[in-house]
Amino acid sequence: MTEKAGCAAESRGDILPAVPLPSGVVIEVGNIPVGLNTSDPALVGLLEHRFDRFLRPDRIPAFQFDVTVVPQGTFDPEADLTVVASDGRWTLRRGDFRAEWDAGKRRGWIRQTLNPYAIDSVLRIVHTLVLAAEGGFLLHASSAVRGGRAVLFTGPSGSGKTTIARLAPPDVTLLTDEISYVRRTGDGYTAFGTPFAGELGESGESTSAPIAALFRLDRGADNLHERLGDAETVRTLMRNILFFATDRSLTRHLLDTACDFAARVPAYRLAFAPDARVWSTIQ
Amino acid sequence: MNDLVVARGTRVAARKVAGEMVILSADDSSLYVLNDIGTAVWEAVDGRTPLSTIVDDVVCRDYEVDRDSALRDVQEFVAGLMSHGVLAEVR
Repeated sequence: MTEKAGCAAESRGDILPAVPLPSGVVIEVGNIPVGLNTSDPALVGLLEHRFDRFLRPDRIPAFQFDVTVVPQGTFDPEADLTVVASDGRWTLRRGDFRAEWDAGKRRGWIRQTLNPYAIDSVLRIVHTLVLAAEGGFLLHASSAVRGGRAVLFTGPSGSGKTTIARLAPPDVTLLTDEISYVRRTGDGYTAFGTPFAGELGESGESTSAPIAALFRLDRGADNLHERLGDAETVRTLMRNILFFATDRSLTRHLLDTACDFAARVPAYRLAFAPDARVWSTIQ
Repeated sequence: MNDLVVARGTRVAARKVAGEMVILSADDSSLYVLNDIGTAVWEAVDGRTPLSTIVDDVVCRDYEVDRDSALRDVQEFVAGLMSHGVLAEVR
């Protein structure tokens, strides 16, 4: 009986898979592919639209999530984001989703209402945790590549991150107008494009370049920039880095990374008038 | 208060950058940047030495300050950091 069943399975395996293949998408940001497995075609459609420049179906995911779509009203829509870690498992909650992630097993699940923003948030959080452990971070900053080198423009909302991105000349490739992705590479740091859009509502290009400089944005009448000291650079970074963990080890890693970045990448205060001349100033 | 003994909090990360102590709280990601006197006090805090001794041995030795006002300022500074868990009283 066992042998017959085995034979049947083998012969059928040539035609049909024994287990249905999971459907979904693989989204790669910062060279880290994340698999999102879902059987919901509407969600797949939303994700393929929002993350179109970052879809990499050819890549084997470094992390995977099983995603289930639940009806509107399942969760308290007013609930703020909470991120809690316990025994290597991360629990993420917000008004539109619940998620768990086992960092060691590289797997997790997401239950969410039908929207593209829940995945967007989960991806941001997962990437911050992965980067914090290895020497990188997500930063409230627009970033762009010109001449093979990246520049970052950081500051709070209203400081001009999107404005400076809008003013970019045609030979500039925009990595993001909202959330920059920074990884330690070799002796320096590299900026990667992200799908995490701000006011432009458009994701960046899926490319990367070594970081030449960080600019802290200040509005001003004239275009000028002046060098920031290391302590001021660390302060600027820590005010603008996205970080959700309450884990002491990751907190130490993050502060180490900010100090190392400040020692390796020149940082400037940039006061700029909102016109195209600013790009000549920083060249 | 003069015999107060404090230790560095267990839920913070601290690094000295260009002479300033930068402290990051693991609880709420709050950032504290200490000036040179604050940095000197932070480095002297060891969970054993009374605050008054730190003021005498570190602050009054290295800075031209009146002892009473220095002690008052340091007590206020320490109380502020204790309220955020950056420093903790040792009993």
